[in-house]
Amino acid sequence: MEAFEILLTASFWVAAIRIASPLIFATMGELICERAGVLNLGIEGIMTVGAFAGWFTVYAGGGLWLGVFAAAFAGAMFGLLHGFLTVPLGLSQHVTGIGITLLATSMTYFTYRLLLPEVTSPPKIEPFEPFAIPGLSEIPIIGPALFNQTPLTYLAFVTVALVAWVLYRTPVGLAVRAVGENPSAVEAQGISVTAMRMGAVAAGSALMAVGGAFLTMSAFNSFFFEMINGRGWICIALVVFGSWRPGKALLGAILFAAFDAYQVRLQQVTGGIVPYQVFLMLPYVLSILALIVVARRATYPKALMIPYQKGER
Amino acid sequence: MEPRHSAGAEPVLRLDGITITFGDLVANDDISFDLSKGEIVALLGENGAGKTTLMNILFGHYVADTGTVEAFGTRLPPGDPAAALQAGIGMVHQHFTLADQLTVLENIILGTESLFAPGQQRRAAREKIRRLSADFGLEVDTDALISDLSVGERQRVEILKALYRDVRILILDEPTAVLTPSETEALFRTLKKLVEKGLSIIFISHKLYEVLAISDRILVLRGGRLAGTLQSAGTNRAELAALMVGDKVEETEFTSGSPGGTVFCLKNITTLHRPGRPALQDVSLDLRAGEITGLAGVSGNGQATLSAIIEGRETPQQGGIEIEGMSVRQWSPRAALGRNIGRIPEDRHAIGMIDDMNIVENVISEAYASPRFARYGILDMKAGRAFAEEIIRDYDVKCPSPDIRARLLSGGNMQKLILGRALDGDPGIILANQPTRGLDIGAVSYVHKRLIEARDRGAAILLISEDLDEVRALSDRIVVISKGRLSEPSGRGELSVRELGELMAGHGFADEGSHAA
Repeated sequence: MEAFEILLTASFWVAAIRIASPLIFATMGELICERAGVLNLGIEGIMTVGAFAGWFTVYAGGGLWLGVFAAAFAGAMFGLLHGFLTVPLGLSQHVTGIGITLLATSMTYFTYRLLLPEVTSPPKIEPFEPFAIPGLSEIPIIGPALFNQTPLTYLAFVTVALVAWVLYRTPVGLAVRAVGENPSAVEAQGISVTAMRMGAVAAGSALMAVGGAFLTMSAFNSFFFEMINGRGWICIALVVFGSWRPGKALLGAILFAAFDAYQVRLQQVTGGIVPYQVFLMLPYVLSILALIVVARRATYPKALMIPYQKGER
Repeated sequence: MEPRHSAGAEPVLRLDGITITFGDLVANDDISFDLSKGEIVALLGENGAGKTTLMNILFGHYVADTGTVEAFGTRLPPGDPAAALQAGIGMVHQHFTLADQLTVLENIILGTESLFAPGQQRRAAREKIRRLSADFGLEVDTDALISDLSVGERQRVEILKALYRDVRILILDEPTAVLTPSETEALFRTLKKLVEKGLSIIFISHKLYEVLAISDRILVLRGGRLAGTLQSAGTNRAELAALMVGDKVEETEFTSGSPGGTVFCLKNITTLHRPGRPALQDVSLDLRAGEITGLAGVSGNGQATLSAIIEGRETPQQGGIEIEGMSVRQWSPRAALGRNIGRIPEDRHAIGMIDDMNIVENVISEAYASPRFARYGILDMKAGRAFAEEIIRDYDVKCPSPDIRARLLSGGNMQKLILGRALDGDPGIILANQPTRGLDIGAVSYVHKRLIEARDRGAAILLISEDLDEVRALSDRIVVISKGRLSEPSGRGELSVRELGELMAGHGFADEGSHAA
């Protein structure tokens, strides 16, 4: 069974974890926003901004980590815009989010053209290199997948642990969860709902942008148009799939990435009998099925998508 | 100056000249009072008298137009709940401010630690909560999710939340509205213990006997003004009621009905459990012509599901409906209307009326397609308007014109409109779900009078109410609902308040299903 043997190859798992990395960042970002009660459909555009900001910083001579920081900063700025429109102004989160995506994407392309008017093929940078963790990376199959990746992938896993710890073990995390459940409970305890939600959206958007930057600074080495290619939307589904829990969302991201890595290899094995577009669809079909199974019983944050107006009951 | 209730006690809280307006409405008009250490002051008034608004100002949720709040001699900055908390003021809102998917512990410690502290002191918090629970009789599992708790337990969490912050002044807004009689007694015991420890309490209510039972001093609010301040020891219900309404209250005369045959019958209804709504377990209930059957129970014990099934908005898993001895298939809201069932829905705004449509549109909404209001599929607005005017006249609805949006009506007037619509054409079966909730005393007695008239015309009425006094006064027969089960029916006056309260708390049910025949 060639189709099954794919699962036993190290290269398959390496690819799966690499594909999962940007999804993990962005999913954690969306999860933070939604836990605070704000749906952020700006994710696709914010990832585009992050991809460009990170890549351009390095292209312009900055260090790789400065690039990551620049991406996070740019993402946070768009997050603050989304937060300002949806939290104090209480505009529809759907409409605003789609607007943010369109604005961020076109602004990125516009800036790209302004800054690089002459180029025909996308310029390349020196991206993050894989860093093998001595010893652990020798473990068969999972060793290379988990312990011979770029530093950004390691950061993605650290981010999940950090998000889980902050949400469940610190006062600020408790306040974020509470504000997504019942903002008036937070207000009654003397905490500003606006500040909590704006802060969560800004922090979440920064993570989304780092997810985008992973693509230009780790997975590939240049920026080109349409490169986010719906990954942001997948992350929205992954948050639901993970029932708004960081650990489950991480599993979802890896699962989706594994489908994606698998379908590429399956195309080669089946040798063109089935049109390749069918394989491209596979991860999405499977994620819809997974959503049907898992998410129907999910308990979503009660105040998600409900603007909070002080003094209104 | 108000007469000071006891000489020498230092005021812990002082409100001075509080005034706030919302549009044309003066919600609070120059209200001043003070609260002493170890004192329970009741704030008594009808819905809309301005009690909750006043407390929201005190607590910083609203900003008063004029007036000041002083706690322990320091003026509180307006519009800042954090400052009120800081000053040691805690409030238990009528609508709880708890996050459902968080645990009891998490809800209590929320906001008590510095937001950017690197971790949480959960062990110490748990210990403190345990001590407070034991001291004041507020037992609750700290690790349970709020969504798994009963309403009474949630209220205990709210009180613990305040106590955990070492409040010196505790405000309770209509705390007994959601409690069974025995839970209310337990709450009162807790409050007494709290004032013994030197706390001061403001107790907001519209129930006269409770206010007399718990408070040292009573402030009566009427139409946003302070109508009077009374020592609880030297007053009585009649005096309070008169102050509250500004007039002598006419007592409705409650007579007994003369029941005829069974016209409507629920047979062994069973439903599935859904979050927040207990399943109905083998529920049977007969409604007889010329009789009011009262369904007593604490909110959330299956009343909503039962009502939805009778109205045809929900289909039970098992069991069925019989009307005049014939079993009914294909039950739906339209079928229910076709069978001439009059409905007074629980929530005027959500189901009863479409707030942003006008009165004419609302009153014909149950029959807009009938030949009476439509011809060849086109609405006959003239007929609709005539019907609206008829209701407005017959039911004494106060409104400038039938063309105004329903939203602009007061609760009482909206309810009269619904009553007029429901009772049109003398329905043989009437479902009255919380028909007087949130109404002032005058409107309440009007609704009661109309229901008794309908009964005397021969209608079979099911009265669903959380107000045990109302159920006891109106019903010829009382059935108690608890956790989706029905008790055996009891006749008028057969069971005491205490006995009904025991049933409401879920005690004394037969294990095998429940039949109210």
